[in-house]
Amino acid sequence: MLKKYLPFIFFALFVVAVHLLTSTTGTIYYLTQMTMSAYYSLLVIGLCVVMGYAGQISLGHAGFFAIGGYLSAALTTSNLLEYKETAVVRLLDSMGMLMSGQDIYGDTIVVITPWFACIVAVLAAALLALLIGIPALKLKGHYLAMATLGFGIIIYRIVLATPYFGEADGISEVPAFVLFGDIAVSGDFTSRVENYYIAWILVFFGMILLCNLIDSRVGRALRAIHSAEDAADSMGVDTTGYKLKVFVLSAVFAALAGVFMTHYNGSIGPSEAGVMKSVRYVAIVAVGGMAHLWGALIMAVVLNFLSLRGVFGSYDDAVFGAILIVIMLFAPDGLLRINLRAKMAHVAALLPWRKREA
Amino acid sequence: MTLELFIQYVFAGISYGAIYAIVAIGFNIIYNTTGIINFAQGEFVMLGGMISISLIEYTSLPFAIAGAVVITMIIGALIEMVFIRWLKGPSVLRMIIITIGLSILIREVALHIWGEGVRSLPYFIGDEITSVAIMGARVSPQVFCVLATCTIMMVLLGLFFKMTSVGREMRACAANRTAAILCGINTKNMVTFSFVLSAAIGALAGCVMSPITYSQYNIGTGLAIKGFTVAILGGLGSSGGAVIAGLLLGIIEAFSVSVLPLSFQEAISIAILLLILFIRPHGLFGSKDAAGLKEF
Repeated sequence: MLKKYLPFIFFALFVVAVHLLTSTTGTIYYLTQMTMSAYYSLLVIGLCVVMGYAGQISLGHAGFFAIGGYLSAALTTSNLLEYKETAVVRLLDSMGMLMSGQDIYGDTIVVITPWFACIVAVLAAALLALLIGIPALKLKGHYLAMATLGFGIIIYRIVLATPYFGEADGISEVPAFVLFGDIAVSGDFTSRVENYYIAWILVFFGMILLCNLIDSRVGRALRAIHSAEDAADSMGVDTTGYKLKVFVLSAVFAALAGVFMTHYNGSIGPSEAGVMKSVRYVAIVAVGGMAHLWGALIMAVVLNFLSLRGVFGSYDDAVFGAILIVIMLFAPDGLLRINLRAKMAHVAALLPWRKREA
Repeated sequence: MTLELFIQYVFAGISYGAIYAIVAIGFNIIYNTTGIINFAQGEFVMLGGMISISLIEYTSLPFAIAGAVVITMIIGALIEMVFIRWLKGPSVLRMIIITIGLSILIREVALHIWGEGVRSLPYFIGDEITSVAIMGARVSPQVFCVLATCTIMMVLLGLFFKMTSVGREMRACAANRTAAILCGINTKNMVTFSFVLSAAIGALAGCVMSPITYSQYNIGTGLAIKGFTVAILGGLGSSGGAVIAGLLLGIIEAFSVSVLPLSFQEAISIAILLLILFIRPHGLFGSKDAAGLKEF
């Protein structure tokens, strides 16, 4: 029982420790990158379940992230003032889904509230994941990889070519997302610590959900699908259903990450939908050890933090490409696993009672 | 639509389509001998164009192209020998991820060598305003260079696979790998050779298309996904199907411009890919039963 909750306790302690460490050493600006890493991590742990446990590759998860971010940004920034008398806008108004604000020129604008936009964005991503997932998850290997890659590129092309989504400039001036009371997701410097905790609490609950999921009947079914789909099918596992459910779930995680990230940054650009982003998420899951949620989370935090700090410089994408190759060539089970297992075996072989046993 | 415009679109379509067909054949050559889809296939095309553009500062056009093809062949061989040859029975997922990683690495290296700029080879005949009138439409002679090169390349490939012993060994390797090993064929060398061959045809295609479509460090992904669309459309592993499917996709893409903005062009060809994958994953000409036996 304790063993199950131990990682979560460590996780919570780590999050608090980072805050205390940065605030005492005067490096609290690191929390900005840690917050962004948290949102990327949220996407990565969702993808980890799809790739590692269900064994289905997805090269289009940046697409779901972008759907979340872009829809939320577009809905909360497009001015509905001139449509105020239409039935739809009136209905939204009567439901309390509208709020007024000011644009950069000081004019009054009427926009949809972030809460409603968030729900719409996440539902849209889930619906699209369902529509894409039903035919795509029937495919295997190369075909699935190409289909998801294609989906990602289509989303990228759409946001790049649609004026409503700001074309190459993306959408900026996205308002703060007031969760409740005074707590809001925004890039405001005064609420940096608060946002740091919002992000990590979100990841924390995401991890609890996914860890429980993979320890449940669903998780066992997924692992059965991964190791032998036909066998799982003949044992009565609803392979199509389970694959689809985790795919949709991971899309929801990605869209949620997109929504929060966009409100946190106050903007979103087409690069968030790019193929390189999708590949990067796959790389992180691979380094973390595929079927290893905690590994994926650790790697997502470390690699995204380094990347966002600009440690890799202009070799940012190259680093992730190299990581993919090296990991797949030498440690297909992930970085954490290879070290631990090799060392454990090494140490175990040195123990005296092991020899007698043999 | 006037007749001139129609012919203009058709020519634009078949010159792009020929390139897609070449990329698709590159996919097929490697797929047939290894069962791998090489996601870095588009990068060979990019490398061919970029290297020839760099070489042309020192030498004449034919030598620059020949040099680019040879260098790309060496890169293809190195990739296979360093990253793929020594893996024992790798899973499909692992191979997909490795070749994707390779394509990113090649692209990033190209970015650091050549920068983000758009470059191009000079036109082989005349210059950018030279054109030939065909039924009222103006067609650049480069289009004919592309078509001629692609046709010659396909004929030579066909002869190579039928007439030469290496070609026959490669086909044996594609048909049944275990049987090929038992017959004394060094299948590992055949795999290396298939990478060299598909690098060569990719690079040559990259050179001839460069004056019309320009070369840039990041063209590989787009070409790879369209080449893959064509390979699937024509039935994975079938070169004849790839030619027809390539021309078809090129023409659809060219005509799509008259309906939708240019910026959606790529989205359209990928939408076709998704449609094919969802409805007829064995392709227009492939057999469903044969596809069922293959390992994707």
